[in-house]
Amino acid sequence: MKKIIATLTAILAMGFSSSFAGTLVINTDLTDPAPKAAFEWAFNKFQEENPDVTIEVNNFDHEGYKQAIRNFLTTSPPDVFNWYAGNRMLPFVRAGLVEDVSDIWSDTGWVDGNLTEGMSHAKKPMTIGGKQWGIPYTYYQWGVYYRKDIFAANGISVPTTWDEFVAACATLKAAGVTPITIGSKYLWTTAGVFDYLNLRTNGYEFHMALTKGEIPYTDPRVHAVFDKWDELVKPGYFLENHASLAWQEAIPPMINGEAAMYVMGNFSVALFKEGGLTNDNLGFFQFPEITPGIPMAEEAPTDTMHIASGAKNKTDAKRFLIFLSRADVQEEMNKTLGQLPVNSGSKVDPDPFLEAGLNMLNNAYAMAQFYDRDAPAEMASEGMKGFQEYMVNPDRRDKILERLEKVRQRVYK
Amino acid sequence: MGWFSTTPFLNVPNSTQITYRKSSWWKLNQQRLTPWIFLFPGLLLFLVYVIWPIFNSLYISLLQWDGLSPAIYVGLSNYIELLDDEYFYISLMNNLKWLILFMLAVPIGLGLAIFLNQTIFGIRLIKSLFFFPFVISQVVIGIIFSWFYNPRGVIGPFLDKLGLSNYAILADENFATYGIIFAGIYPQIAYCMILYLTGLNNLNTDQIEAGRMDGAKGFSLFKNIILPQLKPATFLAIVVTVIGSLRSFDMVAIMTQGGPYGSTNVLAYYMFETALSEYGYRMGYGSAIAAVLFTIMMFYILFFIYRMYQSEKKGL
Repeated sequence: MKKIIATLTAILAMGFSSSFAGTLVINTDLTDPAPKAAFEWAFNKFQEENPDVTIEVNNFDHEGYKQAIRNFLTTSPPDVFNWYAGNRMLPFVRAGLVEDVSDIWSDTGWVDGNLTEGMSHAKKPMTIGGKQWGIPYTYYQWGVYYRKDIFAANGISVPTTWDEFVAACATLKAAGVTPITIGSKYLWTTAGVFDYLNLRTNGYEFHMALTKGEIPYTDPRVHAVFDKWDELVKPGYFLENHASLAWQEAIPPMINGEAAMYVMGNFSVALFKEGGLTNDNLGFFQFPEITPGIPMAEEAPTDTMHIASGAKNKTDAKRFLIFLSRADVQEEMNKTLGQLPVNSGSKVDPDPFLEAGLNMLNNAYAMAQFYDRDAPAEMASEGMKGFQEYMVNPDRRDKILERLEKVRQRVYK
Repeated sequence: MGWFSTTPFLNVPNSTQITYRKSSWWKLNQQRLTPWIFLFPGLLLFLVYVIWPIFNSLYISLLQWDGLSPAIYVGLSNYIELLDDEYFYISLMNNLKWLILFMLAVPIGLGLAIFLNQTIFGIRLIKSLFFFPFVISQVVIGIIFSWFYNPRGVIGPFLDKLGLSNYAILADENFATYGIIFAGIYPQIAYCMILYLTGLNNLNTDQIEAGRMDGAKGFSLFKNIILPQLKPATFLAIVVTVIGSLRSFDMVAIMTQGGPYGSTNVLAYYMFETALSEYGYRMGYGSAIAAVLFTIMMFYILFFIYRMYQSEKKGL
């Protein structure tokens, strides 16, 4: 219902919006309190700086937006809309619905243009076919969240190598604590584990090649990833019954002290803290090294802003994108979002998780978007189903990988 | 023709010219046309919202199309792919499980109806409570049952006593479907029950008395006298139950999303997943699944219409 109302409101708003120059129509799905507040601030600030522009916002329900975007981009395109980097924007770019914004990424005369300067490390995920199709305004790190007190009680220090990590799991298991909690009902959590095992075993280039469909899933290097995964799955280091739990439902075991670690994104911190954990007993560490010498790449899913190719007011839309890329704007917005600014000139709040994340990402060799954003949707969905099945039945690995290979050959042909 | 066309002659006998004009083409054909005019709005909606989408889906099932890019005609390759799709067979098998187990709702509903068909104080309230599951939304039932099944939820302590501690049926690929069917049957029983309750209200007491006099009692009275009289209710109950089982979607979507790893998928949900979910947008493939589901339902519906036609011919 909420979705329908949101869509209706949006349609009405689009219908009545006057199209004279100076009106900037923005479609977003920022219904959660934090993003909403952050963007309200940004909209006001932009209007303050550009009194000649009137901003009109059509706010969609988050889930409904994924459906709505396909409709509004083809039928009544806004000027600006938010979406995600990597392969997620590919279908829209390929269908010619997204505006090429390469000119603001390099110095072509736009005031404060030349975005490459502050955000060169995030340029790759915005690039398709050598052109940039939007700008990133926030991202967050993935890694391992853990219970400091449980680690201390069992004499475990933060693992930095794979052997230490597996040993820590063994110690925890022996102490009656589930080493790693996970809820895989909605599948994507399994991809987080797979991605990190893959990034650490084979490296970033391999991750990109795999998600681009250049490597068969039956490749020995993919098997190597599952060999590592076996070391965690076969001794039962993951939470039981994870297939019936949503990612949030896997958090209480950690809050209760029944589980000690969670391979997750930084957005989980809010839930941990709501459950009663504090900076004293909740910690974060980088996913440990597996193959020594492979540069450490991280998962950092990036939220982005784009211009529709059918936009009526492309000039102001570009000015808005440049505005959103500015260090001071990203700094202020991400303070409200509780996430990391992409612009390297921005600072973050003194929060141990954000600081750890910023530090980790600024030193990262490269940033992966996440399996389901780097791989095409179809491959991602089959892949994640396979990961979940593997985590429940590790013996079926060969069968699963053969099936994924079949899907790969179909999807990328 | 009826009195319509003749009335003007009777009313205006002295003005033949006007009469002649009044018995125009419209007047002559009015009776034949009127039903069509009344049917027209309904037929139009039926064409636009039922017939056209059916043919359009069949057409889309021959395409490779993501809803954005231009569609490519691929002939029957979607169907050929379907034949080699593990998940498709899993979904088909699950549909079969749904169909068979859902039938249990009919006898259970009948049992409950007979149990509730008595006149004691407060029986109306009790009847409404039994009917309640059908009134609440499927989504709510799905969520509540997910809580039930959660090992930390309501049935956790009982499972512990059975030595099945930490058993989550919805995470077990072999039994998750049964868990969902059980949740789905819960409102369906209430539906069948209400159908039978109305049937029981209309029983012919003379026949029962006659049967009693002839010495029928207990099960034989039920089987030979009551059940035949409930035939219309049984027929309806079976029809709604079969349709309910074939279009099972909401429970799957709410409780497992087809998981773990596709093991609880049914055709309706699999179709949605491939064509419309976040990772889907294979319109052609989804339509091909829809076509298969449509064919299965069509067989059933044709059989149903044939039966109805036969019994109408017999004048039953």
